[in-house]
Amino acid sequence: MALKVGITRFLGTNCDEDIRKWILAKKFQAHYLWYEDRFDINDYDMVIIPGGFSHGDYLRCGALAAHTPLMKSVREFAAKGKPILGICNGFQILCEAGLLPGALLRNDSLKFKDQLVHLTFKNTENPFSKNVKPNQKILLPIAHGEGHFYAESDQLKKIQDQGQIWLTYDQNPNGSVFDIAGIVNDKKNVCGLMPHPERALYNWMGSTDGEFLL
Amino acid sequence: MKIGIKIMPREVNLDSQGRAVEQSMHMNGFSEVKDCRIGKYVEMNLSIEDREKAKLQVEKMLKEGGLYNPLIEKFEIQLM
Repeated sequence: MALKVGITRFLGTNCDEDIRKWILAKKFQAHYLWYEDRFDINDYDMVIIPGGFSHGDYLRCGALAAHTPLMKSVREFAAKGKPILGICNGFQILCEAGLLPGALLRNDSLKFKDQLVHLTFKNTENPFSKNVKPNQKILLPIAHGEGHFYAESDQLKKIQDQGQIWLTYDQNPNGSVFDIAGIVNDKKNVCGLMPHPERALYNWMGSTDGEFLL
Repeated sequence: MKIGIKIMPREVNLDSQGRAVEQSMHMNGFSEVKDCRIGKYVEMNLSIEDREKAKLQVEKMLKEGGLYNPLIEKFEIQLM
């Protein structure tokens, strides 16, 4: 049975079609989930929250999206231990929704960084690292203005001790604490990362390493 | 009734906007700026007339509605 993937769509989401193309290329089923609607968590095997500028990045990045009816179902999906992947703005939304610890702040340079970055897998015990070896390095593009991951020191210690640091930057582009590019929740079913795996699938994209995540 | 909410970043080292403005002021000759922090001010018009009830609802919006992020921000409610 082909994996059924739900792809969230908020106002201002713009990476949804790239995610859909990735899902379909893997011969999975792709369904869009609209921000105003609830969904039955039994209808999907996986949920992906794509990047973009949801709700204009108004108030705080991901803040308004985190408080939509759709996210109520996403929370239930997470509570059931089912896999959720948040990419870029999706990562921001998961943090604002409290499904991942911490917050994403403005890049230290104050510049929007649009470049390929080398990353290291620090932990691979999650649904999106099945094809990965520990400490494996990959190359993925980033494109963000608010990617500085921040958490308080006691929260950070927990994240470290519980193996929740998923990916780190080899050369930190935004000031994220502990060079964190991606983290997972304590149950290790909800994963968020700032880089875009869906933009590293074919040679002409500059890297095919996005393939390692699904 | 109208209420105002001042939302500020919690710690100086998280406020990159404030730093940018500080640097800009210095560049423009305003060396007296020792530091600068930037937040946001929200003005709301509520259909509630009772001051205490209004304050409670706004606190609910802040804490449950996501109007502020307690990890990185703090707030002050100003009843007008």
